[in-house]
Amino acid sequence: MKIKFHHIIIFILLLSAAGCKLDNVKPPSVKLSGQLMYKGSPIGVEYNQVPFQLYQTGYKGNTPIGGTFDQDGTYSVLTFNGNYKFTIPGGQGPFQWKELPSGGRDTLNIALNGDQTVNIEVTPYYMIRNAQIAAASGKITANFSIEKVITDASAKNIQTVSLFVNKTQFVSPGDHAAEADLDGGAITDPANVSLNVTIPTFPVTQNYVYARVGIRIAGVEDMIFSPVVKVSY
Amino acid sequence: MRCRSKNKINIAHDSFIALKKQIVLMKKIFTIAMISVLISAGSCKKDSDFLNVPPKSVVTTDVVFSDPALVLSVLGDLYNRVLDFSSLDNGWTTFADFGESFPSDNGQYGFVQNRSWDYGTWGTWDYGYVRDLNLFIDNVTASTKLLAADKSRFLAEGRFLRASYYFEMVKRMGGVPLITQTLTYDNSGNVIGLQFPRSKESDIYDFVISEAEAIKGLLPSDPTEKSRATKAAALAMEARAALYAGSIAKYGATTPQVSLSGGEVGIPSSMASGYYTKALAAAKEIISGSAGSYKLYQVLPNLSDNFAAIFLDKSSVNQESIWVEDFKALAGKVHSFTTNDQPYSVSDEASDAGRLDPSLNLVQSFEKLDNTFAPIATKDGAGNPIYYADQQDPFAGRDARLAGTVMLPHFFWKTAYIDIWGGYLLSNGNIISSDDATHYASLPGSSAQVQVVGKDGPTPTGEPLRTQTGFYVRKYLDPATGSGRRGRQSDVNFIRYRYAEVLLNAAEAAFELGQTSDAALYMNQVRARAGLTHPLTAGDITFDRIVHERRAELSFEGHVLFDMKRWRIATKVWDGNPESLNDLTSNISSATKRNTQPWGLYPYKYYSPGSPNDGKWVFREVLPSPVTGVLNFRLGNYYSQINDGIISANPKIKRQPNQ
Repeated sequence: MKIKFHHIIIFILLLSAAGCKLDNVKPPSVKLSGQLMYKGSPIGVEYNQVPFQLYQTGYKGNTPIGGTFDQDGTYSVLTFNGNYKFTIPGGQGPFQWKELPSGGRDTLNIALNGDQTVNIEVTPYYMIRNAQIAAASGKITANFSIEKVITDASAKNIQTVSLFVNKTQFVSPGDHAAEADLDGGAITDPANVSLNVTIPTFPVTQNYVYARVGIRIAGVEDMIFSPVVKVSY
Repeated sequence: MRCRSKNKINIAHDSFIALKKQIVLMKKIFTIAMISVLISAGSCKKDSDFLNVPPKSVVTTDVVFSDPALVLSVLGDLYNRVLDFSSLDNGWTTFADFGESFPSDNGQYGFVQNRSWDYGTWGTWDYGYVRDLNLFIDNVTASTKLLAADKSRFLAEGRFLRASYYFEMVKRMGGVPLITQTLTYDNSGNVIGLQFPRSKESDIYDFVISEAEAIKGLLPSDPTEKSRATKAAALAMEARAALYAGSIAKYGATTPQVSLSGGEVGIPSSMASGYYTKALAAAKEIISGSAGSYKLYQVLPNLSDNFAAIFLDKSSVNQESIWVEDFKALAGKVHSFTTNDQPYSVSDEASDAGRLDPSLNLVQSFEKLDNTFAPIATKDGAGNPIYYADQQDPFAGRDARLAGTVMLPHFFWKTAYIDIWGGYLLSNGNIISSDDATHYASLPGSSAQVQVVGKDGPTPTGEPLRTQTGFYVRKYLDPATGSGRRGRQSDVNFIRYRYAEVLLNAAEAAFELGQTSDAALYMNQVRARAGLTHPLTAGDITFDRIVHERRAELSFEGHVLFDMKRWRIATKVWDGNPESLNDLTSNISSATKRNTQPWGLYPYKYYSPGSPNDGKWVFREVLPSPVTGVLNFRLGNYYSQINDGIISANPKIKRQPNQ
């Protein structure tokens, strides 16, 4: 038989008709989202580096839904209605997460019934305040102040503060075009820190860069960041 | 019978037709009767016997464990399942990664492009193997027909392999459930009796050490026995395990986050010196010769060739290797390491070559003969390029292990000199090159078409399967004819324990116990073999020296990850920051030097007719273009993830820290 155009059409129609059964499982459709917060200020972290876990209570097995926070500390999960427990695994994030006396990590109960926004309130070791990042005479300059939030026995020192500059919106220690560092010990006035770096050149010229400043805390894996700003020049 | 009835038929034929008919009928009846008799006779067995036919393809346990040859074949399977981190028959990629090499293979650029390792990487949880080992031990113990000597050796080998696998587990996972007997499920639906919690990390190390102590006397002291467990293999395992435990105890104090309250991960620092003492004692037992005469391989006059030959010489002359995974060409047990990593220009296969390219990071870490460290010089003090007459000049006067581990440009391999150069460098700074040695170009002032790039690369377009760092790996590469062919492959063996590592383990343990002059003594033996004839003094032995020596001696042998982990410096060496040229060439002797991106060193032929430098070589440090990622070792990588399926099945298992 010679294959003609209408054969193909009929075949495609048959194929698509065969797929016209009702799915017996609904896709996850309830959106849980939110942001890492400290007293109303968002906490910036490195993209895809700070994970969270969402356990559904009463569900067989012990396997969490995993995810990571975005650069600006936001997260979102598409799932089903139900009761969940939210937690951040040990040693993750530039902040303290409550430990239980029994040794486990504290969890946040979330009863999900329709889309919901739950901000995650955490206590960071430090906060970057009033970050001003601007371009002038071939340099990117950042001025900011550092607020030490945790001052009790569990306080930690600053290892370095860094200014990162990149050509795209992803600005992090692992993904940047220029960097300026200042040792924690060299900070004389935490209320007034200044860093600058020469604007890097890119293969394709652009008249803007993205930049933010971060603090690396001694003994903590993840850095805390100010929001990413687009600096035009 | 049939004959007689035929006669009858013949008679009938001669007689009346009616009679013939009758006889034919009788014959039919007779035949049917005979068949039914036969059938009924055939079924005259007992029903139970009929179904109870011994299978001819299965050998039962009691038969196997009555014959030493059959026991050995079971043991052979258990030996084959030994887990190695780097393993010649598990692919060249098990030797790659960690900034020590560049993967010149389009499908494997993930090694240099991924931002970080998954928490599950390097994990192992093969309790099927543990069960088989326990079963083997049970069966040998229960056997009554084996000779006592055979029995005790088999038993010791089973226990050696089990301890060896637990060591492999604890290195990767920390404390794991310690199962030393076969568990049986009673079909009750209740599995609580089969769920075991994780033991302490120190308990697993203690188990490995005590097993080695218990079996060392039951194993032969025979340096020619390489592929089966010997007394020296047990002691070498003990020394390494105790050293690992000691350093986790000591350096774990610098990363208090990497621990669990129950001791499943992390060892108290008070236990450090006890472990170091055990490590030193076990190593000394091998060094003293009580486990057989092992010594450093010192056979060939050229020290680099001699170093490479440690990994090639399978004869009894090689008294350095202690326990190996052996291979045999043309007999089914071969590996493709040479096929995958042979030089492109001298390859036995058109499209199989050059995948594992050692990085400049590693190459420059080999010290100079006066025990100092320096980058490979490419520029003089004023910043002008240095012109070398010979391609191997920049590497001259270094540790002989450099040229024994790495193929430098213009190295002679099998039948020809390898051809590594990146192109012509003109006096105006421009580079003339092409994507393949057969794609010619013309040089200024001439219309003649000439070869403008080495047959082995490195090409400006980053062609895979030829070097992209300017180097090829030499360690474990087989110079035998045909070893690079896919059909034959190579039978170089993989050395799991060797005498030089025992010496370095002894040196490290002695150093940590404050016996620095002993440490210098052990270390100087290894260094003298590599041509470093200025001995180190007791005062020279530092932590940085220990770290450096292991890298120089043991690279591409599966040590780097576990060494960096136990010293707790993995998070510093692979810190997630890009490695600049300045990072690369400074602080070379430092143990915590950043090593996040593999750099290359490209030779260029200088083209400037009339100049005294014309035809000489200029070298440039180049970060291969596929290197876009940065190695980032997170705290959660110190112990590989125990996956959620395992934890769901056994809620007594604690999660790893920082994951």
